[in-house]
Parts: sequence; structure tokens; C-alpha cells
Amino acid sequence: MSDRYLNLVNSGMGKTVASRLGLPRPEVLRRYHVGDPLLPGPLLLGGSGAPVLAGLAGVLKAAGVDVRDADAADAAEARWAGLVYDATDANEIRDLAVLRDFFAGALRRLGPSGRVIVLGRSPEGSDPVVDATRQALDGIVRSLGKELRAGATANLVLIEGDASPESALRFLLSGRSAYVDGQLIRVGGGAAPADPVRPLDGKIALVTGAARGIGSAIADVLARDGAHVIVADLPAAGEGLARVANRIGGTTLQLDIARPEAPATLLSHLGERHGGVDIVVHNAGITRDRLLANMKPEQWDSVLAVNLEAQLRINTVLLGSTVLHDGARVVCLASTSGIAGNRGQTNYAASKAGIIGMVRSYASAFARREATINAIAPGFIDTDMTHAMPFATREVARRLNSLQQAGLPVDVAEAVAWLASPSAGGINGQVLRVCGQNLVGA
Amino acid sequence: MSTRRAAVVGGNRIPFARADGPYAHASNQDMLTATLDGLIARFGLQDERLGEVAAGAVLKHSRDFNLTREAVLGSRLSASTPAYDVQQACGTGLETTLLVANKIALGQIEAGIAGGVDTVSDAPIAVNEDLRQVLLDVNRARSLGGRLRAFGGLRPGQLKPSIPRNAEPRTGLSMGEHAAITAAEWGIGREAQDELAVASHHNLAAAYDRGFFADLVTPFLKLARDQNLRPDSSLEKLAKLKPVFGRGEGATMTAGNSTPLTDGASTVLLATDEWAAQRNLPVLAHVVDGETAAVDYVHGDRREDGLLMAPVYAVPRLLERNKLTLADFDFYEIHEAFASTVLATLAAWEDPDFCRNRLGLAEPLGTIDRSKLNVNGSSLAAGHPFAATGGRIVATLAKLLHEKGSGRGLISICAAGGQGVVAILEAA
Repeated sequence: MSDRYLNLVNSGMGKTVASRLGLPRPEVLRRYHVGDPLLPGPLLLGGSGAPVLAGLAGVLKAAGVDVRDADAADAAEARWAGLVYDATDANEIRDLAVLRDFFAGALRRLGPSGRVIVLGRSPEGSDPVVDATRQALDGIVRSLGKELRAGATANLVLIEGDASPESALRFLLSGRSAYVDGQLIRVGGGAAPADPVRPLDGKIALVTGAARGIGSAIADVLARDGAHVIVADLPAAGEGLARVANRIGGTTLQLDIARPEAPATLLSHLGERHGGVDIVVHNAGITRDRLLANMKPEQWDSVLAVNLEAQLRINTVLLGSTVLHDGARVVCLASTSGIAGNRGQTNYAASKAGIIGMVRSYASAFARREATINAIAPGFIDTDMTHAMPFATREVARRLNSLQQAGLPVDVAEAVAWLASPSAGGINGQVLRVCGQNLVGA
Repeated sequence: MSTRRAAVVGGNRIPFARADGPYAHASNQDMLTATLDGLIARFGLQDERLGEVAAGAVLKHSRDFNLTREAVLGSRLSASTPAYDVQQACGTGLETTLLVANKIALGQIEAGIAGGVDTVSDAPIAVNEDLRQVLLDVNRARSLGGRLRAFGGLRPGQLKPSIPRNAEPRTGLSMGEHAAITAAEWGIGREAQDELAVASHHNLAAAYDRGFFADLVTPFLKLARDQNLRPDSSLEKLAKLKPVFGRGEGATMTAGNSTPLTDGASTVLLATDEWAAQRNLPVLAHVVDGETAAVDYVHGDRREDGLLMAPVYAVPRLLERNKLTLADFDFYEIHEAFASTVLATLAAWEDPDFCRNRLGLAEPLGTIDRSKLNVNGSSLAAGHPFAATGGRIVATLAKLLHEKGSGRGLISICAAGGQGVVAILEAA
């Protein structure tokens, strides 16, 4: 469904009117297409973190990025596509002022859908000054995200030890992260190499709830990135499911994941038909919205059964089986409702918050198999579900984030595909919001 | 020359819909294409060139002369997959299965799809036969005068279109009327027929409920289950229906124990074991053998040569060739054109005189364990889109055998024109 307001304020006349009236002017976001460079223009690299920084310039250049530093001759006139600041050795409050200097000079020349990325380290609980400085980065990036306009985003990458931030940087700089804003990503070790164009080549992926909406977009993107995708959904959704499978050269599995025998059915299908699975995307979910005071037990139970219990049972079975290949990637769809709460959604929020607890709890067990499990929490994404909302409610909801627009299913799919890639092995047990930095929800 | 056994890899059908229901505006080509695409999606056959696709429809528009090929071209199969149409009335779906399986067995192809489709909603309506003759005469006339003379043959009555009828051309009787004669001749009672119908509904509903059809059926036009299915069917409800076929006190056949007019399509994927193994695809069952018989229902005996009695003759010949008895099966799939047809078939096989005189058997062919008959329901519950029934039964039986892990199953399908197609599948 098209965002008419977004189209209007990006038309000649609409742009002028919106600008004069001070109305929100959402940008048409830069989204990834195969063959796109990581960035459409030069990147300014700054910071004082000597060890990380030294490697960083080389990594970015190798990725085809036009990397400049503040001393370059034309730095004062350049129009930046991205600003990356390495604050990994920021340990005192005055180090933050250096960061301020860097951004103050460059932000005005950040282009549309620009990227601001700060690299830092996690507070580790030994020195209060160091920890305060490191935690301060979080406040800076989140505020910056709210200040940026024209589709630009700001994100914080925290590096553990000598882990490489390359995979996270590639994702965040590219159009794949169009709707990822104000996020904090912790990167540990465990990244495996992958072809940047077809990072999922040869992988077997399962996507549940794939007949339409976000699920079908995930299937599309995983297939585009090289995976053979098994699309699963309820038997009653089989017509749309077959269309998705035939579009992407995948295969269908009509399955109600909430049935008691579903984990066993899934396991034998994945094992016998595909020799195992590398990527599992738990996307299937239902809503039965009702105020808690009015909620019927079956409305509560069905949402918890499909959205949470089914995933728990399937993940446990997979984890204990060689059908789940070592180095596998499991991505579970949570929701900003599970983080911020939502009126009328105690059951749904319970299930989605539960997902967050689940991935954190599973992380170490998955790590022992060089596998990862993470959650994606979509914010307001334009789907059939939001299409059914009343017009005014939908229009307001669309603007309540730093990018002043709803995300698209493909935005969620891109984040899923990144976490599913071999190079994202350093990210485990985390929750990544794809919400355009929604104003509600941490 | 050595032969190979053709494997049933799987199947796909759309839920069957009652005539003028959800599929009222879907053509045969729409339904067959959607059914093929569901099969392709299930088994990842996009852009594959298969040996052939054989399918057909009983009620077919003249423009659909290449129906199956057109459906293949509209599907996600490689456009270099050849296809042809077959029409053997209600036997079409099973006959195409045998044709494709035979080519596989002979080594002519490695894999193929068999199927069938029928719509009674989107039925072909032709111009009146008299009108057609006049129009052809006009076309043949060489002069203006000749054309005008030919036009002179036009009459208002010729505006009445010719609508296909569910009737035998040589007797003018509908299939139901023929079946009613057979039911009366064999003394098939109303209650026995209703019992069979109730079992069909209950069995089909239970199979859906346990997820049996999750990998055999793909929804179409928002219909996810066979529309005709009545899970709450009961003897009491069926007993209230008035007979629709046959006359007077002895009439036993109602809308409840006869199949309704139905729209739908089905397909079956057949291949060699090697072809399936190369693609990590399952082998559910093997096609062992098939046999087709026909009876002279026009001039023959009223009792023993009924229109739908041909399978009664086909099965003993098939058993004889395969050195099997009627008891050697774990599942029996006898197409329920009418409940009375199934019961008359069973009665004939149990009748010593009939078996001796007409089948040449010293003993009756035997009795079927009814708990092995149509265990997941059949046409009375699912409905019967003529050419699609064979594919439905082959895929269902193959999966039943696969679940059991051993044994064999017998398929029997009666068809218009006094024909019958039967086959044996064996667990892989």
C-alpha cells in the first residue's frame, strides 16, 4: 500500500507547501538493490581509536567505499553519504567532546538517507569514568537519530574484544538497513566469510508464515541472497504460499506450527527433503487483540501457543538435532509491542516479549554449535494488517518515528537476511528493532 | 526388455467445489494450472523439463483442444515440457496415471505428471445442432443466392442452445438412472447406501482434522477444504432425503448417497526411484499394474452389465495377472460415484452365480474388509469432478501406503460409456 502523504511531500508542489507549513517531510528511503554500492557517495571516517581505526579504513575501502578523513583537501566541501566515528577508546568525558567536534562539522553536509555510525565498547563494570563515557555514546546516538532528517539514520556498534565490525558496518551503511535507526548492536567474534552479493548461497532456509506480508518479503530477500527457501504456512494459506514459492524457486510446506506433531513433521521434512537446515526464520504469528479485562481464555491461549510456545518447542527440537546444521542462524520475529507494550495486546506483547527472553536464554546453547539466535522487532510496517487500520490512526502511527514513515516488509526482511548470513556470526541473543527509531519503545 | 517401476512421488489437488460454487467462474485451464503450480511449488519443480504431462477433462470447450499443454505453458514448469489431453470419462485421472507410469516403466521418460480437471459450472454450451447445420451450409454456399437459400433454413427454435447433459447418448438415461437400475437389480438397500455415505463424510473429515491432506491439497479461490464435506453427516439426516433417481417405492438413491456435480482438479507426480532420489523427493508408492474393462450396457444384461459395472470385470483380470486375491490388499479405494455402485460391485464379487457365470471363477471373488474401504473418505464426501477423481485417489492411496510403510492398495473407478479403470499400488 502506498504512503500517499510521503508521495505528496516528495512532489514539487507538495515539498514547497510542507516545508512552508513545517509539516513532516519523510524522505523516500534509500533501499538496497542488487548491484548497488554500499554507499552512494564518500564516507568521512574519524575517531581516535587507533587499533580499530587502522583496520577500518582498509576494510571499508576493500568494500568499495570512498573513505576520506577530516584532513583531506576537499573535506570541507564534500557531501557525505556516511559518517563513521570510532569511539572504541573513548574512556574519559573529554573524549566525547572530540566526537562532538567531528560530527558538528560534518552533519550539515550529510546527504539524504545518510548513515551515522558510532563504534564503541560496552561498559564493563570496572571503572566508573570509563563506563559513564561508554554509556554516554548510547545517549548521543539515540538523540542524533532523532535530529537527523531526510532519511538519515544513526546507529551504535559495540565491539567486543578484537571482533570485526565489518559485517555490521556493511549492513548499516547499505540500503539494507533503510529503516534501522537508533539501534545498538553488540558484535562479538564468530563471523564467517560470505560473498557480499550472494551471502546465503547454498544455504537452506525455512520461513514460517511466508504466504504473505512480512513473511513473503523475507522469503524473497533470502532467495535473492542465494538461499533455497522452504516457505511454510497454515494449510489454509496454501494458495498464496505456492505463489511465493514459485516466484522464488522455493518449496512449500503446509503446516500448522501449533499442532503437537509439528516439530517432528518439520524435522523429518527438513532432514529428508533438504538434508538439514541452515536458516530458520520464525515469522508466523497471530493477533487476537482485546483489552485484558475482556479477553477470552482462547484468545490468550491461541496467541501464546502460536507466537511463543510453538517456537520454543521447535527450537528445542532443532537444537538437539543434526538437522539444524552447525553454524545455523535462527531469527525470531518479536515486535516493538513486546518492548513498549500496546493497549489491547497483553497476549501479543506477552508472546513477543517472551520471544526476546527466549533468544537471550538460548544464545549460549546455540553458540556452542557456532550457531546464533536473534530477534527482530519490527515497528510500524505497512502490511495488510495496518491497511485495515482506520485512516487517521494509521497516518498518525506512520509519523511517530524518526524517519516519519512506516517501514516496508522488505526492511524487516533485509535485517532478517543480515542476521541469517554467515558474516553475522558475531551477533547472538540480541534484539534488533526495525522501527525507524519508533518514539515508543526503548 | 526390462521395465522399471514407476514411483508415486506425491500429488496435489485443489479442494473440490460444488457446481456453481466458489469456482463458478474458474475455467478448466485456471484450475489445472493452479493445481500444477501447487504441485510444482511443493516439489520445487520450477523450470524443470518433465517427460510429459498427461491430463484431461470430460466437459471441455472446443477451444481447449490443447488444454493440458496450455496449462503447462501457464505454469512454472519449463515450457519445453510436452503435454497431451486424455478423455476416458471418470476414468481419465487414473488412465493418465497409468499412461505416464507405463512410459516411465518402459524407460521412455524419467518423470511426468498425470492429472485431470472438470468444471460443470463453466460448461461448454454449443449452438443448437440444427442451427449449426444451417451455419455450415451458409459457409459452404458459393453464391449469394445459395447463401440466402441456406439462411432460409433458420428457425426460431434453433436459438435453443445445446447444453451438455449427464446422460448416456445411446440410452438417453442419466448416470443416476442407470445406477438406480443396477441398485434395484442387485437389491441394494437405502440404509446400506446411507451408511456408506456417512462413513465417507466422517472418514474424510477425520483425515482433514489429522492433517492428512496438508501435503496433498492446496487451497484455491479461498476454498481450503472440499465444499461438499459434511463432518456432521448422520444416518438420521440422510434418511430424511427424498430419492432422486429410480421410481416408486423401490427408489433408494438420494442426493445424499449420490455424488453431486463438482468442480476441481488433481495432479500426481510420477517418476523413477532414481529421479526422486536425485532430488531428495520421497517415493510414496509404486504403480504395480492397471486394467481397463468395458461392458455392453446398451444391449447387455440389465443386472450384470450395468453402466457402472465394468470394474467388476476389470479387477478379477488384474488380480489374475498379478497372482493376487481380493483379500491381498491393505486398502481398497472404490470410487463412490453412487453409494449403490460401490455396494453393487461388492455384491457382485460375493455372488457365486455371477462369479461363476460371468467371471469364470469357481468360487466367489471374495469379500472386502469394510474397515479397509475408502478409509479417508471418497467421492460421496469429497465430490466428484469427473476427470479429477483418479488423481485424488492415486495420491491419497499412495500416502496411505507410505504412512503404513508396507502393503498394497486397489483402486477401482467406474466411468461413463460402461467403462472401468482399476489399478494396484504397492508401498515403496
